[in-house]
Amino acid sequence: MSAPYLKIDHVDKRFQRGSATTEVLKDINLVIDKGEYVSVIGHSGCGKSTLLNIIAGLTPVSAGAVLLENREVSEPGPERAVVFQNHSLLPWLTVYDNVALAVNKVFGATRSKPERHDWIMHNLDLVQMGHAKDKRPAEISGGMKQRVGIARGLAMEPKILLLDEPFGALDALTRAHLQDSIMQIHASLGNTMIMITHDVDEAVLLSDRIVMMTNGPSARIGEVLDVRLERPRKRLELVADRTYIACREAVLKFLYERHRFVEAA
Amino acid sequence: MGQAVLKTGTMGAKVVALPTMQAEVVALPAVASRPLQERFSPWLRSVLVNVLPPLVTVALMLLFWEIAASGPQSSLPPPSKIWTEAKDLIVEPFFWAGSQDIGLGWRILVSLQRVAIGFSLAAVVGILLGALVGQSVWAMRGLDPVFQVLRTVPPLAWLPLSLAAFRDSQPSAIFVIFITAIWPVIINTAVGIRNIPQDYRNVAQVLRLNQIEFFFKVMVPSAAPYIFTGLRIGVGLSWLAIVAAEMLTGGVGIGFFIWDAWNSSRLSDIIVALVYIGVVGFVLDKLVAFIGSVVTRGTIVN
Repeated sequence: MSAPYLKIDHVDKRFQRGSATTEVLKDINLVIDKGEYVSVIGHSGCGKSTLLNIIAGLTPVSAGAVLLENREVSEPGPERAVVFQNHSLLPWLTVYDNVALAVNKVFGATRSKPERHDWIMHNLDLVQMGHAKDKRPAEISGGMKQRVGIARGLAMEPKILLLDEPFGALDALTRAHLQDSIMQIHASLGNTMIMITHDVDEAVLLSDRIVMMTNGPSARIGEVLDVRLERPRKRLELVADRTYIACREAVLKFLYERHRFVEAA
Repeated sequence: MGQAVLKTGTMGAKVVALPTMQAEVVALPAVASRPLQERFSPWLRSVLVNVLPPLVTVALMLLFWEIAASGPQSSLPPPSKIWTEAKDLIVEPFFWAGSQDIGLGWRILVSLQRVAIGFSLAAVVGILLGALVGQSVWAMRGLDPVFQVLRTVPPLAWLPLSLAAFRDSQPSAIFVIFITAIWPVIINTAVGIRNIPQDYRNVAQVLRLNQIEFFFKVMVPSAAPYIFTGLRIGVGLSWLAIVAAEMLTGGVGIGFFIWDAWNSSRLSDIIVALVYIGVVGFVLDKLVAFIGSVVTRGTIVN
């Protein structure tokens, strides 16, 4: 068997504040294949965002290691692009320039200027934002900003696209739209994606596997659920699908029966 | 039953609404004056609204001044006397009649040149030092207390020291401007950089921007509103300091002109110079504010 694409190997994370130590993550092990869509779900405060930041390299591990194609991840880099929850577009740049900042940095040495321009426009068109390329983030809606955030992530041609609750701040209708867009992009590009979410339906709809985290402190991976649903998936057809309902039930039972959120949030 | 209650409620509301209808009748005369307003373009209207009140204030001030200073034993000249004595200074800012007898406009330009050099240096050095203090915890711990002490030193207290160091009045005056303007720039830049959202830093880290790229592409634009607040305070302080510095160093300049006029008891000239200084200071402040609003256009609305 060849080496795994992404391997999270016995990762612990402790935060030190003065003399007090909080253990956030305990002994996290996970192997992700190329092209897989994996969701991480858990109650708030269980450290799922910390896990994503560790994979991104933004947060250092306390013990263990993250290996991407057998190389240890020690710092952030464009091969692990992040789509942040609150889009994190730079407000003084236009939509085009926000994506251009990433493209010029990553491909500045390897591609010519017209090639880079075409690539920027290609990615904006992919998320249907080509028409708004000259607008500033303040002039477009929340859903559009998140689309641009996704375009910026995709434009880096990452080995893994990390999505940190990408649709959390959006209304239900916009969220559904963007979920469909992400499914299309995943189907056509075959990216490896890891998504943090707290939305059960979203996790089941989008994922190949759902990683369920126990409550913190010292959160572990409780269960990993295989979602054996055919792709392409259609939101409306799935509503009555047995596998879909079973998966949904499994996640809900995990979250609300076995690992109920005890503390007041 | 519930319906019945609702009905009475609605009727009660109608009765209460009656006085509003009366108010509409009272408002009719205002409608009649509308064509007059329409004749003025909105632009002209806003100019009138903004310009007329200060003009009235100035006129009233001049009037009271005239009355208060026109007594026989008054020690200060009234506006009418200033006009007769210093008319050439007021109407002709740019006359040139020999090296010492020149218009106030020229003197202002000389002072402005000093401010421009000193302030530009302060802006560049201040933004760099502010970036350092804002970015590095150790730089802040080491430098911030020193800055906090030094910034309370009055500008003129630096003058003897800088005269001793530079042995020339021109660089000394520029140094005084520099040392006056730099503190607000440093402090505001540092605050702006400490307030850069972690998200922007994460984006920069994922993109692997190097220090220089991060400085120009994230730090400066993100902290721009703070930086311009510092620059605006700085330019105001340097204009305050240049006049005082020139009084002591001599040479050409608006500050020295005032001192010279005092030594030859030309009170009217002093008052005209004060007006010049005030107007130029006002323009400088507005200029920096304007540049700031143009540069930070995308940042103000997030």
